[in-house]
Amino acid sequence: MTTFLGIPSVGAPVRSSPGVGHLQGSESFPTAARRALGDSQLRSNIGRATTTIRGKRARVVGEVPDWEELREAGRTLKASTMARLPELLGQLEEQVTAAGGTVHWARDAAEANAIVTRLVQATGADEVVKVKSMATQEIGLNEALEAAGISAWETDLAELIVQLGHDLPSHILVPAIHRNRSEIREIFRREMPGLGTELPPDLTDEPRELAMTARRHLRRTFLRAQVAISGANFAVAETGTLSVVESEGNGRMCLTLPRTLITVMGIEKVVPTWQDLEVFLQLLPRSSTGERMNPYTSMWTGVTPGDGPQEVHLVLLDNGRTAVLADEVGREALHCIRCSACLNVCPVYERTGGHAYGSVYPGPIGAVLSPQLTGMTGDAVNDSLPYASSLCGACYDVCPVKIDIPSILVELRAQHVEAAAASGRLPTPEAALMKAAAVSMTSPFRWRLAQRASRLGRLLARGRDGQRRIRSLPPPLSGWTGTRDLPEPPAETFRESWAREGRS
Amino acid sequence: MSAAADGTAAVPDARSEVMARIRSALGEHPPVVEVTRGYRTSGEHRPGAAELLDLLQDRLVDYKAGVTRSTADQVPATVGGLLERLAGGGRVVVPPDLPGDWTAGADVLRDDGALTSAELDRVAGVVTACAVAVAETGTIVLDAGSGQGRRALSLVPDLHVCVVRADQVVQTVPEAVARLEPRRPLTWISGPSATSDIELNRVEGVHGPRTLEVVLVTG
Ligand code: SF4
Repeated sequence: MTTFLGIPSVGAPVRSSPGVGHLQGSESFPTAARRALGDSQLRSNIGRATTTIRGKRARVVGEVPDWEELREAGRTLKASTMARLPELLGQLEEQVTAAGGTVHWARDAAEANAIVTRLVQATGADEVVKVKSMATQEIGLNEALEAAGISAWETDLAELIVQLGHDLPSHILVPAIHRNRSEIREIFRREMPGLGTELPPDLTDEPRELAMTARRHLRRTFLRAQVAISGANFAVAETGTLSVVESEGNGRMCLTLPRTLITVMGIEKVVPTWQDLEVFLQLLPRSSTGERMNPYTSMWTGVTPGDGPQEVHLVLLDNGRTAVLADEVGREALHCIRCSACLNVCPVYERTGGHAYGSVYPGPIGAVLSPQLTGMTGDAVNDSLPYASSLCGACYDVCPVKIDIPSILVELRAQHVEAAAASGRLPTPEAALMKAAAVSMTSPFRWRLAQRASRLGRLLARGRDGQRRIRSLPPPLSGWTGTRDLPEPPAETFRESWAREGRS
Repeated sequence: MSAAADGTAAVPDARSEVMARIRSALGEHPPVVEVTRGYRTSGEHRPGAAELLDLLQDRLVDYKAGVTRSTADQVPATVGGLLERLAGGGRVVVPPDLPGDWTAGADVLRDDGALTSAELDRVAGVVTACAVAVAETGTIVLDAGSGQGRRALSLVPDLHVCVVRADQVVQTVPEAVARLEPRRPLTWISGPSATSDIELNRVEGVHGPRTLEVVLVTG
C-alpha cells in the first residue's frame, strides 16, 4: 500500500512513512546518545576518525583559491534546481529515455522497493551487487529484496563490514567508523568462510591484509553478478548523465560488469547542466574524503552498445522529499550532496556517533533532514533530533553548498513546539526558549544579539527573585516571556563555551 | 518510458502524483534564483605547459601512481619496460585501436568486444590512451574514445598503463569538463583505487587495478 491512499487532496506533499526503511530509530536521541556516551571504544574510534578527516579536509580546501566562489555557485545551483524541479526532472526523464534507459517514479519507500524487486525478478537473477547508496538504505531495499528471496551484496568495504557484522552504518562516508581493525578481522573470520571465501588461519588485523581479503571475497561476486543496484551523486537533466563518485572501484565494478543496472535516486539529486558538474566535482571530494579528487568517478548516459550494462533503469524517489520542499526554510536540507563534512566537525556527533540519530542520515544534516522527511508529530522519535545540536555553527562553515543548518534547526524546534502544543503536550522548556530565539535567527548578527539578550535574561533572573525564574526578557525574547515563565538560560552561550574550550 | 501506474484507474500514476506534489510544494511562484559562477573556469597555464606536467606528476605520485616521462618515439620502449617490470611477462589486453607499436614485443590480446569479465580477470594488465587529464587534481579521464576501449578493459586487470599526451593536460576541472562529451561513458581516475574504511588507514588498490602507471608523453 502506498502512503498517498487516504490523503484527500491529491498532489499534496506526503511525509515518508517511518514504518518502512531507516529514517527513524526506535528510541529518541537523548536516550540513544546517553548509551553511546558510555561506550568509550566507540567514542575514541569516532574521535580519531573525525579529527583525521577534519585535518585532511582543511588542507585540501585551503589550497583552492576560489573555494568560496565554488561554494556560492553550489548553493545557488542547488536553490535554482529546487525551484525548477518539475521541469528538470521532466528533462532528465526525456534524456535518459532517449539514451535507451527506463525511468520509474516512486512515491515512497514501499513503491521503490516494489519496483526494484520486480525489475530484478524480471532478469531471473537471485542476487544483486550494490554500491553504497544512501537512498537504498533509506528505503530498506536490502530487506525488501531478502524478503523476495534475492540476496543483496554490499560491495563497499565499510558496507561489507557493516553487513557481515549484522550492524548499522554510523557515518555517511565511513559507515564502519565505529569498528576497529581487530573487530573487523573477527567479523571476517566469523562470516566469510560460510560465504565461500577461505581465510588463512594466520590472518592478521593489518588494514592492507583485511582490504585484500575483501577484494578476494568480492571479486568472485563481481564476475558472476548479473544485476547491480546503485545510487547516484548527480544526474544531469540536460544530457541524462548519471554519476557515481567513489574510491574503491567497487562502484566501477557494479556500474560496468553486470548486464542490468538499476539506479535509485532521490528527486533532489538532479542538476541542470553538464557544466554544473565542474562545480560539484570540485566541492564534493575535498569536503568529503579530504582528497583533491576521489580515485574513481563514473558517468554514464543510458545504454552504450557494447560497453557496460545493456539494460539501464533509473528510479526517481520522493519518500518525503516533497514535504521537505514545501517548507521554505527547511527545503535547503535538500541541497545536501552527502559529503559528511558537517558530521566531522560536529561536537555532538563526535561524542555520540551516528547510531544515536536512529536514521541513515546522522549528524547535523540528519538532524534537519530526518525529522522533515518523517514529520514531527509532537511525540515522534525524530522530534528530538532538532535538539541534537549546540548550534555552534561549525556545520554551516564547512558545508560545501552553504546549507544554513543552525537556522533550519531553530526553525524545526519552533515547529516542534507548535506540533507539541497542537497535540496537547506542553513543550519542554528548551524547546520554548528556542521557539522565541527563532525569530532572531534570520541573520547571524541578530542571533548573537539575541543570545546576549538571553544571557542578560539570566542576570535579570538572578537579580529579581531567589527562584531563578525569568519573568521578562529584553526583546526579541520578551514576546514569549510575556505569557509564561522561562527557566534561566545557560551562563554561557553555546558559541562562547565552544570558543572557550578551544574547539572551534 | 515511464513505469505505468499499478493502481486502479482512479489513482494517479506515480509520475503525475510526484510532479503534482512538487508543484504544490513550490507554490505558484517558486523563487527565481540566479546562479553565480565567480569561480575560475580556466587556470593560468595553457594546456600542456611544462608547469602543468610537473603539477600532474606531483599529484599522481602523491596518490601512489607511477609516472614515467617519455618522448613520442620512445613510447613503445617505455611501455614495454613497464610491462616487463610490472606485468610479470603476463598477457596484456589492449583496445582494438591502440597504436600497434606501443605494445610491440608484449604478449598482447586485442579486445574484440567478446572477451568475458572472467577472461579479462586472467590477463595481467591493460594499456590505454586517455581523453584528458587534470593537473590540479591528478586526474585522468577515459571516455571510451580513441585508444581507450570499453570500460571493463581498464577495470578488471590488475595493472593499468595509461599513456597521456602533453596537450591533453589541462589545469582545472572546468577545462576538463568543457573538453568532454557527456554522453560517452566516462571514467575519472585519480590514482589507483583506495580505501580508508579500516581505521582511516589508506590502503591503495582495492577493486580496480592495484597499480596505475602513467606515461607522460612530451615532445
Ligand atoms: S549538509 Fe553540507 S556538509 Fe553536511 S553532508 Fe550535506 S553537503 Fe555535506
